This record gives sequence, structure tokens and C-alpha cells, in this order.
Amino acid sequence: MAMTIHVDIVSAEGAIHSGQATMVYATAELGEVGIAPRHTAFISRLKPGDIRVENEQGEQEHFYVSGGMLEVQPHVVTVLADTAIRARDLDEAAALDAKRRAEEALAGQTAQFEYAKAQAELAEAIAQLRAIEKLRKMKAS
Amino acid sequence: MAGAKEIRTKIASIKSTQKITSAMEMVAASKMRKAQDRMAASRPYSEKMLQVISHLARATPEYRHSFMAAERERKRVGYIVVSSDRGLCGGLNSNLFRRLVADIKEQRANGVEPVFCTIGNKALGFFKRFGGQVLGQVTHLGDRPHIEDLIGTVKVMLDAFEAKEIDAIYVAGNTFVNTMTQRPIIRQLVPIIGEKQSEMPLHWDYIYEPDARVVLDALLTRYIESLVYQAVVENAACEQAARMVAMKSASDNAGNLIDELQLIYNKARQAAITQEISEIVSGAAAV
Repeated sequence: MAMTIHVDIVSAEGAIHSGQATMVYATAELGEVGIAPRHTAFISRLKPGDIRVENEQGEQEHFYVSGGMLEVQPHVVTVLADTAIRARDLDEAAALDAKRRAEEALAGQTAQFEYAKAQAELAEAIAQLRAIEKLRKMKAS
Repeated sequence: MAGAKEIRTKIASIKSTQKITSAMEMVAASKMRKAQDRMAASRPYSEKMLQVISHLARATPEYRHSFMAAERERKRVGYIVVSSDRGLCGGLNSNLFRRLVADIKEQRANGVEPVFCTIGNKALGFFKRFGGQVLGQVTHLGDRPHIEDLIGTVKVMLDAFEAKEIDAIYVAGNTFVNTMTQRPIIRQLVPIIGEKQSEMPLHWDYIYEPDARVVLDALLTRYIESLVYQAVVENAACEQAARMVAMKSASDNAGNLIDELQLIYNKARQAAITQEISEIVSGAAAV
């Protein structure tokens, strides 16, 4: 039997792949790497790209990751995949966006009126029911 | 006694409310299951990350990232408040806010000023009324929250921490105990409180690419994001569970009420018939 290495590809939102492989290829920060079983411990950032996992039957499976981390130990490869495309300026933009939203939301009313109104009405109806129920219990006792 | 027609309209209106609440109960039940699955699915990622981080921290003791540094004196602290977008989920959000207000009071008593980032509509609405500085917010994450949507909000807080504008970051949200119980909880995110791991000697180290610091920096940010993401997913599961329970009791109440009104209605109708008969009879007797 060929030597194998266990491969886990996980993202924050769930496991993507888990299984044995004879060879794993990934796009690391400083170039493409191929990892065979019993590779020495190694850790690297990943660039957006393909991860190829070759299994014992010689079939290749492809996974696209938009970045992340690659951790290698002699018998385990773990890919901590990002689900989002990450870059400093993109993150910056997201942060600014979050700030802007906060300011806007605190400054003015946004138009979610219809849903809010419907919900308020329903909440009122439920509250009424509860009140009546309580009254009834008080009367009964 | 109220008129029979009035009672009939009342019954009809309660019936339609009951239809809505029981539909919401069923929807919440199915969404809750999916939310719980997501909760479980997000764990391996952060566990693995914590493992690597603690290894790195031990392997490179000379480099301390500010997120892992020792506690500094607290003047301002940040809260990331995770709430639901929608109401009608029992006391879920108000319990959380009550817990939060108690915590804020305590912080203020110690001369620490809190600032906030909100996730979800309800937290935003709360701080609009309550006051307090909101640095960033995100709403409408939907039933399937994505980590992309949280990056900005988390970064606002982390940036403030690195700029030494705030000295600690907490995340406040509900934890899922079981379907009937959800507990509000406030956890410290930064500085990272490392669980005391057994100090095993390092026999090996990674080959780093490009170098340990870059790797550690990237890992730490992602780790904190994943913790916030977990809080969001867990809160989503709590929301559905709380809504399911709240809607169930509302439907039950409506059912009881309908039964009772039906009885009153029947009595009223019977009374009207009796009265009519006695009028006819007495009319006939008079002739």
C-alpha cells in the first residue's frame, strides 16, 4: 500500500474535505508546493488558487481556496481556508463600510418600515393574548 | 354579555394570529436544526487554529503580538454585541441587553468607558435608545451568516485595539444550552486568554514561509474572526430556539382563548334563542 497522509481542508463555515492522500499540491505564498507523506513540519500562507489532492487511486481532486494557511505535519496536512478574498485594502474597505453603516444607522431612520410595522402589530397581538391569559388565570384562582 | 357577532369576529382574529404563530414555530424549528449544524461545523477550524497559535507562541517566545500581550491598564473597552435581526424570540435579546447593561455599569464604576460594535438589528436599535458610542455595525446577516460580512466590523475593533484606543475587546452573545435554555454570556476576546496548556518541551518546529511573525499575525486575525463568527452562528441557533418556544406558547395561549371564547359564544347564542322562544311563547299566551 502506498504511503498516505491525512488531509483536512476546513474553513470557518465548515469542513470542506477530509481524507487520505498520496500527494497534496498547494499554492503557497512563495510558490507552489507539493507535499508527500512524512513531509517535515511546515507552515505557510496560501495564495488564492488551487489545492490538488491526489488519492491512492491516482485520482486528483481540486479545491479552490481564496487564501488561507497551510499547516503540514509528517502525517497530517491541514488547510485553514479563507472563504473570502482577503487583502489589506479590501479589509480596510470593509472596516470603513462597517463604520459608515453605524453612523448612518444612528443618524437617520432607514426604510424597513413595512416589516417593522407588521412585526410590531403581530407582537402586539401576542402580547394581548398573553395578557388575557394572565387575567384569566388570576380570575380562576 | 357581549354580542354574539362581536365574539365571532374576535375568535376569527385570534384564529388568524394562531395560524401565523404556529407557522412561525414550525419554520423556527427547521431553521434551528440547520443553525445547530452550522454551529458544529465551525468548531474544527478555530480549534485547529488555536492549536497552531499556541504552538507558534511557544516556538517564538521573543515575539509577542499585541493581541496576546499581557493585560494593560484599562481605560476604554470594546464590546462586540451579537443580537438577532428580528424580534418575536421571547426574552432572548432583552436578557442579553440586561446582562450587558449590568456589565457596563460595573465597568463604568471602575472608570472604564465602553464602546460598541453591533451585529444584528436589535443591538443597533438598543444602542440608539441606550446611547453609547457605536464604532461599527452590521445587520441583515440572514439565516446563513458569512464570515465576509463580519470582517469589517471585527477589524474596526481590532484596529482600535492596536491603536490603543481600547484596551480589551469582549464579545457578548447568547450561548445555546439546549432548546429551552439560552444564556447570555460576555467573553473576553482580546487580549487572548490562553488556556493553560501543558508546557511540553518543543522537539520540533515548523519551517515558516515567509516567516513566523507574518504567519502568526495572519492566524490571530482569522482566529478572532472565527470566534466572532461562532458567536454569531450560536446566537442564530439561540434565536431560532427561543422563537420556537415563544411561538409555541403563543399558539397554545391562542388555542385556550379560542376554546373559552367559543364557550361564551355558545352561551350567548343559547341565551338569545331562549329569549326569543320565551318572547314567542309569552306573545302567544297573550293572544
